[in-house]
Amino acid sequence: MPNEAGFNFRRNVSRALKDKQLRKNFKLAMENFILKRKQIFSDEDETEQLRAIGCAIKVRALTRLPNLLEQLEKKCTHNGIQVHWAETTSQANQHVLNIMNAHRATRLVKGKSMVSEEMELNEFLQKNGIEAIETDLGEFIIQLNGEKPSHIIVPAIHKNKAQIAQIFHEKISGTPYTEDVETLNAIARKTLRRKFFEAQVGLSGVNFAVAETGTLCLVENEGNGRMCTTLPPVHIAVMGLEKVVEKLADLPPLLRLLTGSATGQLITTYVNMITSPRKEGEKDGPLEVHLIILDNGRSKIMADPQLRQTLQCIRCGTCLNHCPVYTRIGGHAYGFVYPGPIGKILNPQVEGLRKAGVLATASSLCEACAEVCPVKIPIPRLLRRLRNESYSNDSFCTVKECGCQQNLIDSLAWKGWELINTHPRIHAVGRKITGVLAARIPPLGPLKQWTRCRTLPQFAAKSLHQLVEEQGVENE
Amino acid sequence: MKSSMLDDHVKPKKVYYFGTCLIDMFYPEAGMAGIKLIQREGVRVIFPRQQTCCGQPAYNSGFPAEARKVALKQIPLFPQDYPIVVPSGSCAGMMKHHYPLLFDGDKRLDAIQQFSNRIVELSEFLVRTLKIKLEDRGRPIKVTWHSSCHALREMAVVEDAKSLIRQLHNVELVELQNERECCGFGGTFAIKQPDISGAMVSDKVTDIQQTEAVRLLTGDCGCLMNISGAIEYRKLSIRGQHIAEFIWERINAE
Repeated sequence: MPNEAGFNFRRNVSRALKDKQLRKNFKLAMENFILKRKQIFSDEDETEQLRAIGCAIKVRALTRLPNLLEQLEKKCTHNGIQVHWAETTSQANQHVLNIMNAHRATRLVKGKSMVSEEMELNEFLQKNGIEAIETDLGEFIIQLNGEKPSHIIVPAIHKNKAQIAQIFHEKISGTPYTEDVETLNAIARKTLRRKFFEAQVGLSGVNFAVAETGTLCLVENEGNGRMCTTLPPVHIAVMGLEKVVEKLADLPPLLRLLTGSATGQLITTYVNMITSPRKEGEKDGPLEVHLIILDNGRSKIMADPQLRQTLQCIRCGTCLNHCPVYTRIGGHAYGFVYPGPIGKILNPQVEGLRKAGVLATASSLCEACAEVCPVKIPIPRLLRRLRNESYSNDSFCTVKECGCQQNLIDSLAWKGWELINTHPRIHAVGRKITGVLAARIPPLGPLKQWTRCRTLPQFAAKSLHQLVEEQGVENE
Repeated sequence: MKSSMLDDHVKPKKVYYFGTCLIDMFYPEAGMAGIKLIQREGVRVIFPRQQTCCGQPAYNSGFPAEARKVALKQIPLFPQDYPIVVPSGSCAGMMKHHYPLLFDGDKRLDAIQQFSNRIVELSEFLVRTLKIKLEDRGRPIKVTWHSSCHALREMAVVEDAKSLIRQLHNVELVELQNERECCGFGGTFAIKQPDISGAMVSDKVTDIQQTEAVRLLTGDCGCLMNISGAIEYRKLSIRGQHIAEFIWERINAE
C-alpha cells in the first residue's frame, strides 16, 4: 500500500477542506449512502442479529485460517483453478506477469479489485509493456484521469457529472462534451466493449472464497466483472488471504450484509460464483483460472488476537460513508489505498506507525463506524491500541515501528496529568490557581490550535469541589 | 449490564456523584444543578471530595497506563453499593464500558466490574430511576439538543435527556438535522487534527443556527465547550448550556 511521495496528512487535509466542490460531492454522496443503508436495514433488531452472525462467521474463519486456506487451495486445485501464493505485492505482481507472459498476452481487462490497487498492478504491468484497462465505470473514469480511487466501493465518487463529462471529453478522442448521463454511459460502454473483445486475460478481485467448495464469489452491478471473468481465455483472481470463509452456507448472510452495507441493495445485479475453468462440452468461460492469494502483512496482523479483528473486514465501505472525518476530507487525503476508518486501522499496521501512524489520530472516536460495521470490527478500540503503540514499545506491542512517536513533551505532559489527578491536594491547589487566573491564560501551544475557530472556555471562579463544600453536600 | 439496584423501579436512598473534571473546572453550576435535582427527589447525594478525573483523556490519547493509575484512585472513593451518578455520557461511558477493558486481565477486574455496573448517567437516572416530574416556570423558549456520541452510542441515554426537555411545557425543542453526527471535539483530537475538528464544529454550529433556537442543550461538557466556543467565536447570540443547569433554572424560575 504505497502512498504518495512525501505524504503529509495535515497538508492533504487542509487542501481537501478548502476544496468546496469536493466537500459538496462527498457530503451529497455519503448522505445518500447512509439513507439507502438505513432503508434496507430498517429493522434494528434484525440488523443486530445479522451483524452478530456476520461477525461470528468471520471470527470462525480467521480462527481456522491456515486450515481453511489449505482446504481452499486443495479444492480449487481439484476443480482446475491454479493457486499461487504471494507473500508480498511484488510477488503477486510477478505471478500476474508470469501468467501474461506464458500466454504472450499484452492486453488485460480488470474488474474492480482493491487488492490490485494495493499491488499497484496497473503501473507494474504498464512498465512491462502490458495494457491494463479498468472496466468498472468508476475505476475507468479515474484511470482516464490518472487518479487513485477515493472510496473502496465507489472509486470516482469525488467527481460530479460535469467533471466526468470534462474527463471523457479530454481523454477519449472524438468525444464531444456532454453531461447527459445516458450518453456518457454509452461512450464508456462502447470504449470498453472493444477492450473486452481484445483482451487476452481478465483480472478480478474476490469478495469471498469458499474453502468447502473452492468457489470464488464476486459481486458487482455493472456486468463488467462477469465479462472479465468469462470472456477472455484466461481469468486471474486476486485476493487477500483474509477473504476465505469456511462453507457455502456462510455466504447468504455475508452477501446480505455486504450489499446492504455498501450500496443499500438487497442483492447486487450480478453475483458471480466461479468454481472452475470451462469444462469439456461447456460453451463459454475461460480456459484457465488462476487464483493469487496475497499476504502483504496480513499474517502478521493475524498473530495478534486483538488486531486480528481488522481482518474481519469485508470491504463494504460503510464505515467510510458514516465517518464525519472521511465525509469532510475524502479518500485521497488519507494518502493510502484504503481510506476512512478501516484505512486508519489497516494502513498503520501494514505500512508501519512511522509512515501511517498519523492516520490513527484522525478520529474523534465518535463510534459511528463501529455502530454500522457489518462484521462488528471495534474500530475505535483498535485506534486506541494503535495510538498506544505509537508511544510505547512495551512487550505487548506488535505493530511495526511501535514507540516511534515517543517524545519527552508528550510523556511529561501525561505524567504531569497523572500526577495532578492522582494527588487530590495538588489537584485542589491547581484548581484554585486556575480559578484565580480565570481568563488570563494566554492561548499558547495546544490552546492556539483550539482558538483557531473557538474561544477559550473560562475557568469558573469556584470549582465544583468548592461549591459542594460550601453548600454542604455530603462527603462520606 | 445493569445491577439490580439500578432497576428502573427501585429508588435508592443514597447515591454517589462523580462530577467530572470539565464540570469541576468550567461548568460547576451544571454539576451543582445535577446534585440538586437528585436531592429534590429525596435522595441523598454523596460527593467524595478526593475525586478528580475518569482518565478518559489519557486513555483516548494512547496513554492507558496513566489512565489506569488515575482510574485506580477514583474507584476506592466509591466503596458502598450505591449507584454512581455521572452528569456526562462520555465520562459515564468511560467508567461503565471502558474501565473493564482498561483492566482486562487484571486481578482486580471483578471489583472494577462491580464499580462499572453502578455507573449511571444523570438524565437516565432522573428519568428511569427517579421518574422525575418537572414543572416548567420559565418563559417560552426555543432550544435545540446536541447528542454527544458517547451518550448516544455507548450509554444510549439520549431519549431520556430529550424526554426531560419535553416535560417542560414552555420549551420548544427543535431537533438538529444531523443530530447523530459528532461535533468534532474528541478530546485531544481537537488539538491533533485542528482543521478537521474545526470543520466539524463549524458544520455543527451551522446546523444549530438553522433551528433558530436561542439555547443549545447537551449532556456533555466536552461537546459544550467545543460548540459554545465556536458559537462565541462567530459571535452568535445562542447560548450553550448543560441540560441539568437548564432544567434547574426552568423549574425554579420566578
